[in-house]
Amino acid sequence: MALVQNGARAESAATRAKPPIRLFRNLMPKIASIPMIFTALVVFVGGTIWTIVYSFTSSGLLPRLDWAGLQQYERLWETRRWIVSIQNLAIYGICSLVLTLLLGFVLAALLDRKIRFEDAFRTIFLYPFALSFIVTGLIWQWILNPEFGIQGIVRGLGWESFNFDPLYNADIVMYGLLIAGLWQGTGLIMCIMLAGLRGIDEDIWKATRIDGIPTWKTYVFVIIPMMRPVFVTSVVLIASGIVKLYDLVVAMTAGGPGIASEVPAKYVMNNMFGGQNMGQGFAASTMMLLSVVIILVPWAYLEFGGRKRG
Amino acid sequence: MKVMGKLLAATAMCSGTAAFAVDLEVSHWWTSGGEAAAVAKFAEALNERTEHNWVDGAIAGGGDTARPIMVSRIIGGDPMHAFQFNHGRQAEELIEAGLLLDLTDVAEAEGWFDIVNPPSLLEACTVDGRVYCAPVNIHSWQWMWLSDDAFEQAGIEVPSDWDGLVASAPALREAGIVPLAVGGQSWQQSGAFGVMAIALAGEEAWLAINRDKDVDVAGGEAYARVFEAFGNARDLAAGLNVSDWNQATNAVITGQAAAQIMGDWAQGEFAVAGQVAGEDYHCLPGLGVTGILDTGGDAFYFPVQDDPEVEAAQKELAALLLSPEVQVSFNSAKGSLPIRGDVDLGTVNDCTQKGLELLAAGQTLPSGNALLTPDTNQQVNDLMTEFWSDPSMTAAEAQERYVEIIANAD
Repeated sequence: MALVQNGARAESAATRAKPPIRLFRNLMPKIASIPMIFTALVVFVGGTIWTIVYSFTSSGLLPRLDWAGLQQYERLWETRRWIVSIQNLAIYGICSLVLTLLLGFVLAALLDRKIRFEDAFRTIFLYPFALSFIVTGLIWQWILNPEFGIQGIVRGLGWESFNFDPLYNADIVMYGLLIAGLWQGTGLIMCIMLAGLRGIDEDIWKATRIDGIPTWKTYVFVIIPMMRPVFVTSVVLIASGIVKLYDLVVAMTAGGPGIASEVPAKYVMNNMFGGQNMGQGFAASTMMLLSVVIILVPWAYLEFGGRKRG
Repeated sequence: MKVMGKLLAATAMCSGTAAFAVDLEVSHWWTSGGEAAAVAKFAEALNERTEHNWVDGAIAGGGDTARPIMVSRIIGGDPMHAFQFNHGRQAEELIEAGLLLDLTDVAEAEGWFDIVNPPSLLEACTVDGRVYCAPVNIHSWQWMWLSDDAFEQAGIEVPSDWDGLVASAPALREAGIVPLAVGGQSWQQSGAFGVMAIALAGEEAWLAINRDKDVDVAGGEAYARVFEAFGNARDLAAGLNVSDWNQATNAVITGQAAAQIMGDWAQGEFAVAGQVAGEDYHCLPGLGVTGILDTGGDAFYFPVQDDPEVEAAQKELAALLLSPEVQVSFNSAKGSLPIRGDVDLGTVNDCTQKGLELLAAGQTLPSGNALLTPDTNQQVNDLMTEFWSDPSMTAAEAQERYVEIIANAD
């Protein structure tokens, strides 16, 4: 805030003296951000362009500039494993987005009802977030293991026909991964939602109570619309977690059974290093980037671009 | 000081060993019980017989996990001093890019060209007449391991070939034993397929496909039978959820499963468990059908380093790995065969004896890794693992896609 005011004051002083040179306005902050601009250009934009260029070559273990046209992309879309990877990511992505938001909000709303031991519950819910995906994956691999985990325990209690082996059943393996993903990620979203709820003015609650609006209606029609920025933040966080889904799969199933839990990021890794076919890996990662761009850019434009103008 | 340095250098040259101790970091993926015991022999030899120190860089999770890590370290400019790869084409591009140390002078000094048997192993290390790796052992996939205990429980004789195992499957199932143990990783399923292909379709058909990339053979009658048998094996293996190969071997050791198709490295696990070949377990080379071994295995490569002292130490290690004593101690522990024909493993068990005889008789094939690129191997692995875990996929369908992969292979 102080910076902006200083800037405004300096600006008005400059206007009085002579016409300002736009480039030199707020010079210090601009100098300070040069390293970051440089990093963004070289690492992100440069790296992206480099990857896209080399996706049109037949690079093997090392990058080589011999052109192969669209060959890598043709092969990519003919590969069953890639198609399965995309379907899996779609299932995981949609379920994870909806359920994380829902669970996160419900947990936050429950905690916000001024319950006892709120701190303790908050810590419990947030704790899994402190673990890496690899550790989360290992823990859940054990819990879901049919011999040592839930199935084994329930069978030990007497229900001999009890069946729960998501990690070894190709049809539901993605949901096994989803359980672990939700367990790890929901706590953070809950905390963000809780902060959002705490930001709602107490008077709003008083007003709805006077009007006799039921609590659930207050949440759905008043509170949630007011929490729009919080939801946007949450969606961005969840979405970025979905696209880079990799380590959880590696730790829990290694893509198995068969290729039933493969994901695009793993396809990229396996092709670039395991298969020693960089061109194929680059083509796959370019497709990942493209899908992110197609989904995110129009949405981000509406969400952030619109408000600035309005 | 200068004189001192020169003296030291002179002593170093005279004794043939570097006077400066170097910590050599060696990356490998030998982490199971038998493998770790074997690699300890290398470390021991280096620590005791030279001034250098072995810094163990084991990477858990098998070759498919370890190779990418190693390659990215080498490409990224932070190479280890030595690393393990399989015989074959995996390091081809690293050599072409000049990232690996030329060992030709070591090979000439130590006479590798005369002692390495079969010579194809050294050929796999050679690019444009220069030697770039030190082969350390021969492993072959063509083995089936049978648990005597399991067949005893089922009350039947230990079978002598693949058909025998298929025939005894119902009796085994009745006794609650899984007839065939196969781990969930793709290379294991793909490897089992390779073994069945050589055993059931024969050496010529296998070479026609893997070496000459003959599409007609891949889509032909003989391979149709192989895919049928592989589909059959899929049914035999149902009911055992393990992932790593040594877990599958352990199922055979404990009699939970009756058989496993796995390379001779599995024998190290039997040895660690105190089992005796011929009494507790039996082995069938080539599934008891075709007695022929592929000569896969491991070789060590040495990334180029700036420091001449390190380079000298690397070359010392390379020579050491092939020395007769180290070959004997390492291969005895690992259950693999030595790469030189002139060493005596001493008392060997039945299974190793069978392997040595086949090797001496020249009943060998190059390994799949030596003939196919990693890219093609990966595609085959993906196909086999998909087929393996999706019972709705038919053998004909799998064969069709296999033909496509071979058609595009180079």
